[in-house]
Amino acid sequence: MILEIVPLTPSLLEFPFEWHYVRSIIYVSLYVSLVAVALSTLFSLPVAMLVGFSEFRGKQLVTAVINTGMGLPSVVVGLAVLFTVSNQGPLGSFDLVFTTEAMIMSQFVLAAPVITGVSLAAVGSVEGGVRDAAYAMGGTRLDVALVTIKEARYGIATAVLAGFGRAISEVGSVLIVGGNIAGPDGTSKTRTLTTAIQLEARQGRFETAMLLGAVLLALVLLVNGILVRLGSGSGTGGVR
Amino acid sequence: MTRKVTQSGYEITSNSEPAEFVTGSNYAPAQTYLSVPAIVVSMQIQRRRVLAGLGTGVAVGLAGCTGALGGEDDDAAEISGETLTLTTTTSTYDTGLLDELNAPFQDRYGVTVDTVAQGTGAALETARNGDADVVMVHARSLEDEFLEDGYGVNRRDLMFNDFVVVGEPDDPAGVSGGDDVVSAFAEIAAAEATFVSRGDDSGTHTKEREIWDEAGLEPEERGEYQEAGDGMGEVLVRTDQGGGYTLADRGTYLSMQGEIDLEIHVQGPIEDGPDLLANPYGIVAVNPAVHDNVTYDLAMAYIGFLTGLEGHDVIQGYTVEGEQLFFPEAVAEDPNFQQYVPADWKPEEG
Repeated sequence: MILEIVPLTPSLLEFPFEWHYVRSIIYVSLYVSLVAVALSTLFSLPVAMLVGFSEFRGKQLVTAVINTGMGLPSVVVGLAVLFTVSNQGPLGSFDLVFTTEAMIMSQFVLAAPVITGVSLAAVGSVEGGVRDAAYAMGGTRLDVALVTIKEARYGIATAVLAGFGRAISEVGSVLIVGGNIAGPDGTSKTRTLTTAIQLEARQGRFETAMLLGAVLLALVLLVNGILVRLGSGSGTGGVR
Repeated sequence: MTRKVTQSGYEITSNSEPAEFVTGSNYAPAQTYLSVPAIVVSMQIQRRRVLAGLGTGVAVGLAGCTGALGGEDDDAAEISGETLTLTTTTSTYDTGLLDELNAPFQDRYGVTVDTVAQGTGAALETARNGDADVVMVHARSLEDEFLEDGYGVNRRDLMFNDFVVVGEPDDPAGVSGGDDVVSAFAEIAAAEATFVSRGDDSGTHTKEREIWDEAGLEPEERGEYQEAGDGMGEVLVRTDQGGGYTLADRGTYLSMQGEIDLEIHVQGPIEDGPDLLANPYGIVAVNPAVHDNVTYDLAMAYIGFLTGLEGHDVIQGYTVEGEQLFFPEAVAEDPNFQQYVPADWKPEEG
């Protein structure tokens, strides 16, 4: 399910230009965060619908647990994922330590509660009448769910954006499970914008750190713009 | 001559050495005819040796071990594309030395070196979990523990620099110029000046605790003692901004001189300071008997490269702002058996 990282045509760009380095860490950042958010969304939306539509004992508790998950410290998640993928851990044989796959795992854990929690609130705020109407018109459960998603699309878009914001701005867990690795030629393997910023700050190069911070902000803005457009564009497409 | 060679059934094609031989043969008298096959045979043997060496010998031979690459006489592509994970300290990484060392290694072996910069403690812990193949650190006591517990094999001394006590230029505790680091630490404590500690179980932190121990002080109880829990660069930045003193390795300090205003107040042994401030770096492979997933042969190739002549030259030639940061000590005529075993190891104990 997870693609291999495509190396960034180093043949053409043999000279280790600063922009090659920056481009490469932007690529890793986007790849990891977008895949993690996409997986989280696929997991979280059904969970949110399930919890939102049904009435059961302990629903309050489940909601509380999901909302607590939004506050998971990223370093703790990083350590937990590290223990899981470490050679000694249950997934040790897959050799995932210091890979983008491990980073995606930890960002999935971080983003999923945010997306679930905010979607849950959005779904819950869809008026019962809308669902009743869908039922009354002979809709299946799936139809009703789609109608609800459509009604709640702004809230769900916000959920996905919040999850993306959580993932791409997070530094603690990707540093632990990814290892902040970049090759001597400046090609990033597991270095993201956030860990690169951390590295620059560690070495006292605050200007470049701030510059990378600006790049990160611009990137988040761009992704937000694209997602919002997708969410509101045709009005029928919904958010994916 | 070329024709004669062909007649005698020996083909010379893919390798380059015969070019010289053939060129020379234009002038060779006919009498050499008989000796040609012999020469060619010996050349072929040589060539096989070279090929075999490319396949396995270069990587494995350095380790004095055998076979880990499947024992086939394949060409060099066998190891290219593989990955070697090195955990190391922030001080070697942040100075930029590792990029200089890794680039030629990657060129030669086609092996990617994934360098993870952590503190010495974390680097060794990662290796204990089998998540690293080779470790380069600078805390002999922790390395010895690592060896004694069976996690590491084939340790080598790699290089050294030294620690220096750095602090704000106005030197509030008045320690500048002294060559006794223990009393300098005592003066810093007595003057209640801020001391920023790495606080991360790194090699520098280990050395720092050693000095506090020598001074008979327990700095953790003092308010002006700050445990940063961070890398060397970060601690230097923090000391620069918040004032006070810290213990730094000379390499990181020099490489960051442009960014900070701190000055050296107590020199290390490179500038005739006390030997207590020596900072030797060791490199050790993770034991494949403990963690069978590690790429031990590549780790040994890497150790061989770094402790060989080429690594020596890179380390020797690496300067930042005109100053040499590390002094290689792996290439030496005199034997130094102590580098392979824990510092106080005796045969009867083993």
